Amino acid sequence: NKYNTRFISTDKIPPVFLCFRDRKEWADLEPVPQDDGPNPVVKIAYSEKFSDVYDYFRALLKNDERSERAFALTSEAIELNAANYTVWHYRRVLLQALSKDLREEMRYITAIIEEQPKNYQVWHHRRMVVEWLNDPSEELEFIADILSQDAKNYHAWQHRQWVIQEYKLWDDELDFVENLLEEDVRNNSAWNQRHFVISHTSGFSDAMEREIQYCLYQIKKAPNNESAWNYLKGILQPLGLSAQPGLLERVLELKQTHCSPYLLAFLFDCYEDALENSKENVAEEEQQKTLKKALEICQLLAQEDTIRKEYWLFLGRSLKNKHGSSDPSDEPLADDPEPSVPVSEQQEMS
Amino acid sequence: MGTQVKDVIIKPDAPSTLLLDKHADYIAAYGSKKDDYEYTLSEYLRMSGIYWGLTVMDLMGQLPRMNRQEIIDFIKACQHECGGISASIGHDPHLLYTLSAVQILCLYDSVDALDVDKVVEYIKGLQQEDGSFAGDKWGEQDLLRSVLSQETFGKMDTINVDKAVEFVLSCMNFDGGFGCRPGSESHAGQIYCCSGFLSLTGQLHQVNADLLGWWLCERQLPSGGLNGRPEKLPDVCYSWWVLASLKIIGRIHWIDKAKLRSFILACQDEETGGFADRPGDMVDPFHTLFGVAGLSLLGDEQIKPVNPVLCMPEDVLQRINLQPDLLS
Repeated sequence: NKYNTRFISTDKIPPVFLCFRDRKEWADLEPVPQDDGPNPVVKIAYSEKFSDVYDYFRALLKNDERSERAFALTSEAIELNAANYTVWHYRRVLLQALSKDLREEMRYITAIIEEQPKNYQVWHHRRMVVEWLNDPSEELEFIADILSQDAKNYHAWQHRQWVIQEYKLWDDELDFVENLLEEDVRNNSAWNQRHFVISHTSGFSDAMEREIQYCLYQIKKAPNNESAWNYLKGILQPLGLSAQPGLLERVLELKQTHCSPYLLAFLFDCYEDALENSKENVAEEEQQKTLKKALEICQLLAQEDTIRKEYWLFLGRSLKNKHGSSDPSDEPLADDPEPSVPVSEQQEMS
Repeated sequence: MGTQVKDVIIKPDAPSTLLLDKHADYIAAYGSKKDDYEYTLSEYLRMSGIYWGLTVMDLMGQLPRMNRQEIIDFIKACQHECGGISASIGHDPHLLYTLSAVQILCLYDSVDALDVDKVVEYIKGLQQEDGSFAGDKWGEQDLLRSVLSQETFGKMDTINVDKAVEFVLSCMNFDGGFGCRPGSESHAGQIYCCSGFLSLTGQLHQVNADLLGWWLCERQLPSGGLNGRPEKLPDVCYSWWVLASLKIIGRIHWIDKAKLRSFILACQDEETGGFADRPGDMVDPFHTLFGVAGLSLLGDEQIKPVNPVLCMPEDVLQRINLQPDLLS
């Protein structure tokens, strides 16, 4: 394909990029130089190749030319700057107008994403082509490959969620998530995906006990894991933390061996929930005991997690204001805790 | 035995004082270097680049150093027939750059340089059935920032605010944060956009401020810097997205301000001026704006007060009588 010829070479001279302005087959086109407006904001110097390619791109655009050479040129333009959304749009117009092989386009897209996995335009382009083909069969494997290079790539996860929802590909996703969490239990994207899958399939009511066990198991492996604790709280919140029988006891047990600021925060949430949703027959004395335990946690956290001291003090104050008894012998909650104890690092289970 | 916290270490010789003059010089000179390839490559976002540069200059009281008329002429040349504005001349219009252009013109008190009715029409045309807004007429979904433009023009009634609110709330996650689309992972940048949106539409009461505030203050790492989601490195732009969100929902005091300030200052480059994403990296105008804006929110008196919703100087917003809600 003569329009794909980029390099000329002879035996002795190394191959060089042949500018479009020097190519015979482009001679009919008048290149359009960059227009920075009537009074250019700044003087810009482009590299020669960049200006050559984009001068010709602008010419094609101006003429709305729909040809193979235009299509080839979009590849050049993308290679120079894959974030130019005007070029991508034009490429899509050409894909349709020239009835290009979309599977070949998918291979092209795959190559670009491999090189530039955080580029918005190419992921959007992929979605468009998948829709045109109405064929998601390569997607899960492809995305898994991208995630194996960066397990938290936001574009990859977003595309994955779209594919799964659009084409109802839920079946193996929970297994996929579990494998990722085996590799890195702190992968917040994977925890988010877990929530996504379950909420769209079985829902959480029947799965609740299994999910609690799963969380506690992962927490034992890595106690200081924000994601696991956020997830646990997130799934329990709708029904209420204190509504789950035996949960408090399990967490208290865990506290003995796998304590962390997250565990303490969770305990606080359990106590708070108990106070908020206390049954009629719970004695005032019982309430005050719960309150006291909750406030102790706040004090402890204000000392241990000093960077969030203000938050922990706020929590304690709010709770006390809401549920404190009118007993004047109650100690006021100190706004300034004891001089902070150095944060003791928690030991990870290997 | 420590836990493996993903974080940076700030070296003892990292910058610890604010070098405003250097940053002003850096921005004023940006784009005038003849062989700046990075400038060339970023043409596709030029309008936003100008907004970042001008805003930070204004915050530093240095706006007069920029060329007002050239910029206004440039913007005029970027408005298309459909009303939308492109990143640069010869590019297609897009919601993001329409927003940036409107913000720039507010800084210069020259919104009438645009065909306002046409802009409003363009934005209105981008709203989808589900309430979200496409970034451009071909449907690339994007952040919900059209509301700002409509609000600035006093034309909020042209868009379906209820549907838009519905969409944003559908992006609220189990951890109190917001993702880009329903089900997407909570992300500080998206939380900022959603908080700003709910502020502009008078819907902040829909946020669980305590839960979201907790998620946000959990972004602070031992170095003092903020990350954008769990187990990611700190980045100075999150000093803006996270901090501004906390300010909007009335919980900015939950952050350790002193530690954050020292992280932001450490991201300066003493030689070139400007801020990088984290200490020691290369600077750029984007991170320079958010570093300075973050310091303003933290109360640095050498910098003009910045509005947390719109990331523009407060005095500009007062001039156009735009004061979005904040929770206390």
